Amino acid sequence: MTDFYGVELGSRLMLGTAQYPSPAVLAEAFRRSGAGVATVSVRREAGGGRAGQDFRDLIARLGVRLLPNTAGCHSVREAVTTAQMARELFETDWIKLEVIGHADTLQPDPFGLVEAARILTGEGFEVFPYTTEDLVLAERLLDAGCEVLMPWGAPIGTGLGLSNIYGLRSLRAHLPDVPMVVDAGLGLPSHAAAAMEMGFDAVLLNTAVAKAGDPAAMAEGFARAVEAGRLGHDADPMEPRDMAAPSTPVLGKAFLE
Amino acid sequence: MSEAITIRGAGIVGLCVATELMARGVSVTLRDPAAAPGAHGCSWWAGGMLAPYCEGFAAEEPVVRLGKEAADWWEAQGVPVERKGSLVVTLQRDRRELDQFARRTNAHRMVTGADLAELEPFLADRHDRALYFEDEAHIDPRAALVHLQQRLQEAGARFEQSDAAPDGAVIDCRGLAAQDTLPELRGVKGEMVVLRAPDVTLNRPVRLLHPRFPLYIVPRGDGVFMLGATQIESEERWRASVRSVMELLSAAFALHPAFGEAEVMEIGADARPAFPDNLPRITRKGDTLHVNGLFRHGFLLSPAVAKMTAGLVMRENQRPEFYHEDHG
Repeated sequence: MTDFYGVELGSRLMLGTAQYPSPAVLAEAFRRSGAGVATVSVRREAGGGRAGQDFRDLIARLGVRLLPNTAGCHSVREAVTTAQMARELFETDWIKLEVIGHADTLQPDPFGLVEAARILTGEGFEVFPYTTEDLVLAERLLDAGCEVLMPWGAPIGTGLGLSNIYGLRSLRAHLPDVPMVVDAGLGLPSHAAAAMEMGFDAVLLNTAVAKAGDPAAMAEGFARAVEAGRLGHDADPMEPRDMAAPSTPVLGKAFLE
Repeated sequence: MSEAITIRGAGIVGLCVATELMARGVSVTLRDPAAAPGAHGCSWWAGGMLAPYCEGFAAEEPVVRLGKEAADWWEAQGVPVERKGSLVVTLQRDRRELDQFARRTNAHRMVTGADLAELEPFLADRHDRALYFEDEAHIDPRAALVHLQQRLQEAGARFEQSDAAPDGAVIDCRGLAAQDTLPELRGVKGEMVVLRAPDVTLNRPVRLLHPRFPLYIVPRGDGVFMLGATQIESEERWRASVRSVMELLSAAFALHPAFGEAEVMEIGADARPAFPDNLPRITRKGDTLHVNGLFRHGFLLSPAVAKMTAGLVMRENQRPEFYHEDHG
């Protein structure tokens, strides 16, 4: 099993905790998914004092490992402050680092991301950067001290699936030993299975489950897809063959005619 | 059965429970830290939509079933109920959200072109289709609270300005303040804005589906509109953030640019009391019956929950829906 900053997880599925119809539905989705990690956003406005504590307690009771995130941060300073707050609130060095560069598409700001990652790893954080599939950016993030990468499938909340398969394959092939989680943009279990078949170590999603008509059923669907995809990857799949283009003269015909 | 009962909390739940008990001949005292319904209670900040079918998109089944009774109940109390239905629209790029909303809800029809222009001419120049929930309604929540209080007073209910726990049989309807005894109760912060927009004409509540900034707009008459409401997992009750207000205002502006010229009359925030399944609970703890957790459905579900509570007090029923024993 891959380890993430020295932690081995029982499941390769990570789930977000936002946008569910109710905390009860959220808990049921986690139960049926068997997810090993819950990401939880730290809203700055809810950060002070007791506010939001009940929800955090509720997430803590899920019994899974918590990965706080800096969702909604648009600048390096904002992301760093939010990460520091998250460390205090959740008592973990893990942080999923989001530095948003574009308000509408929520695309990461690659420059701010590298800068924030460098600051946070310097402060002892174990950073999971939410990034694109760009290989050069990935290398910069590793240089900045990240030991895990979270390339996107597609922009956050779109449900479009893996929109740049070639880029993701290239990323995986060039950095075979870096634990990588495909994060964001997944809409269907088949998208998760495809990411796992490509050799990614885990997937992280939120909207696809939270906004499904039956979130718990969708969570289980994703769990099975992740498992299927990983088994498929580990089993060393056959190479596709193109029988439609004959490479040798068709035996028989020449002889019999 | 005792003939006199004290209700703690004169918000939406307390007032509705008092109304149902008085109707059964029980003498009621309402105890509340303020003398009259007002900004200290979260029902003051409500939208006042009686929209059980729309709520069914995200809420559990009882909300739809029991919410259908609300409009008749409010009308029976003498509250003016606007029975004009409600409309659901999206921005052009989120068109598919409307189809999904239609799939997951009932009692609606898609209106387009001339039909939409007839219902809401103001929207028709910017929206080519909307989902129309004909059986939904809305009320002015503040007027409704004040009206209930006055009717109760006229009928002989006593109002005490106090926060102290009374002796004897008590029905605790304090909302989020009851967190001191109901550990599962949490706050879900909501922020709202009231605008005066004389250039805008809307006859009924309109919901804008948006992947990130959902919005509803409830017309209050005289060019006044209520914009709601954020939903944040936090029990912070007093502060509306710039981000939230900006989201509400930009969504309204996107719905129709005429809102750009509106006057901001009020910005409000409070936290709704909710249990983990976001459904109400009637919990017995010793001599006290807790009625709480109405979440964003205060005006929609209080009538049904008040009837259940009164029925339980009068021993008309033993285990109403939402009843929880608490042996803790």
